[in-house]
Amino acid sequence: MTRAAAASLAGRYGVLVALLLLIVFGALRYDHFLGSFNVLSLLRYNSMFVLVSLGMAFVIMTGGIDLSVGAVAALGSVVAALVSPYGPWQGLIAGTAAGLVVGFINGLIVTRLRLFPFITTLATLLAAKGTALLLSGNQSVAVSYASGFTDIGQADFLGFPIPAWIALLAYITGSIILNFTEFGRTVLAVGGNEDATRLMGLRADRVKMIVYTMSGTLAGLAGVILAAQFGAGQPIEGVGWELFAIAAVVVGGTSLMGGNGSVGTTLAGVLLLGLIFNILNFENGLGWISLSAYWQSVVRGVFLLVVVVMQAKLVARQRAGHTS
Amino acid sequence: MVDRGVPANFGLSFATVERQAALLALIALILFNAAVTPHFVSLRTFNVNMTQVTPIVIVAVGMTLVIATAGIDLSVGSLMAVAGQLAPIIFLGKIVMLPYPVAIVLAFIVPVVATGLLGFFNGVLVSRYRIQPIVATLVLFIAGRGIAQVLTNGNLQTFREPGFQWIGLGRVGGLPIQMLLMLAIAAAAAWALRRTLFGRQVLAVGGNERAARLTGIPVARVKRRVYLISGLCAGVAGLIVVAINSSSDANQVGIGMELDAIAAVAVGGTLFAGGKASVIGTVIGALIIQLVRYTLIANGVPDAAALVVKAVLILLAVWVQRRGRTA
Repeated sequence: MTRAAAASLAGRYGVLVALLLLIVFGALRYDHFLGSFNVLSLLRYNSMFVLVSLGMAFVIMTGGIDLSVGAVAALGSVVAALVSPYGPWQGLIAGTAAGLVVGFINGLIVTRLRLFPFITTLATLLAAKGTALLLSGNQSVAVSYASGFTDIGQADFLGFPIPAWIALLAYITGSIILNFTEFGRTVLAVGGNEDATRLMGLRADRVKMIVYTMSGTLAGLAGVILAAQFGAGQPIEGVGWELFAIAAVVVGGTSLMGGNGSVGTTLAGVLLLGLIFNILNFENGLGWISLSAYWQSVVRGVFLLVVVVMQAKLVARQRAGHTS
Repeated sequence: MVDRGVPANFGLSFATVERQAALLALIALILFNAAVTPHFVSLRTFNVNMTQVTPIVIVAVGMTLVIATAGIDLSVGSLMAVAGQLAPIIFLGKIVMLPYPVAIVLAFIVPVVATGLLGFFNGVLVSRYRIQPIVATLVLFIAGRGIAQVLTNGNLQTFREPGFQWIGLGRVGGLPIQMLLMLAIAAAAAWALRRTLFGRQVLAVGGNERAARLTGIPVARVKRRVYLISGLCAGVAGLIVVAINSSSDANQVGIGMELDAIAAVAVGGTLFAGGKASVIGTVIGALIIQLVRYTLIANGVPDAAALVVKAVLILLAVWVQRRGRTA
């Protein structure tokens, strides 16, 4: 194997190895780390970030970015909470549809007006947040417990949390779409070289429309789970989710330049960042050290730093490998 | 690019129209308010608006230079929190008790130097490791706020220290000192961008990095400097915010500031692809956003609706800019 190929492999599967090491470390060091309670609550809580990061991964693969996901999740949670008295499905569909609409608008602005995705989604972040606050009257909106809406976030199915099922399903679908469909190949082609894609007759704009709509929809769905888990639509939640999702995608080995990426390693990226918080909690429980929850930001930041510097070095090595 | 001038026979370049448009919008807003909003023409209203916009402008000036090199700095809000936490720690004597004047002077200098160094660190990531600016500055967006929180274990610091709070509350001839500081920083940056070699290099790097490198411009050094300056600006803004509040809350100071600053830069007509930037435009952009919000709230529109209007405003500004370029 050449050095360049090895570097490419390390870039792709490094995150899986790191995740595995972290799990082994946790399992050896703490009792109950692999206990069903810990594993299931970890999955239940992180399923929202998993969904948002999946949408973000697709957008980033086309060379774009979606800053609106956190605000869209907040909007989705408010809409779902408002509709929840009519039934769980109605709430689910309404919240997800709210996300779809914002995602569609993002796609329209990026493809028709040709504005930078960064600015477009920054603006829709503000608009979605404003709409969420208007709809909710600036406060959290209690969901209807009578309709069974909260099951979406709190109940289990076959011993596995329902939000985790939703996230898993989304990931399998996403993985199939990316690896086995023409659409998936076009996503990567658009991110690799948009002009060339256009010249080849592939419909770059349509692909972009779809990925932004998808990202919005998944963020809306994450909002539904948020409302169901916490029993209320939360208009001011979701602040910084977009940046967490970007971090997870980057940790998962997807380049922000677009053109490459993998759905599975993005999932590993989310779980890795979530696990850091989990392990900090366990470490505090041991009593050797007492790190406040505030340390988790520092640890996550340092972790992100290590990952991006390593990736940068790998890329440099790959380049050297190609030229020699 | 630096010298992509519009041919001389076009008396009015698009860039000019654009800048005039922003300025005209600002004047129209002021006139509208003077006619409609009660008590608008008063020193009090002026000072209220200025107090709110000053930290945004100061951060946005640094952001303008970063964006001029085709970069972005997401860490500014977190750096504000770091500076805002460090200053009270120093003058309240939480680590070492220092004689009064020394403590106050250090409370101004140390936090700004610290955020400057953190900004420099951003610059190293971007220039040396070629990490994309969004990701590189995301590191300190996450870790920076963590550092600020860890400094006081997340606790609020309250204080009453006129010697320090002078930066946020002081007046000279009825005008807020923070506003004068903001004008000085903006003027210095505008001058540097237009009249100095450094300014030319910044625009050249943003316009075409490869060409800039080939012409012998020290690209890496220029990038490190703009991120350093952005860090310094964020530090100053952080000091002003905590001085106004008489308290420092690491969870709150500078939250969302990166987005406000970027919005001001966008409305001000600086290109996100780099190579063309206007510090004065950024100041006007920040003032427009502030005044639109004030106008809506003063006339009974809820703050949430003002957010939606702000979104439309940003898109409109960028769209006009885009048309100006492609026409």
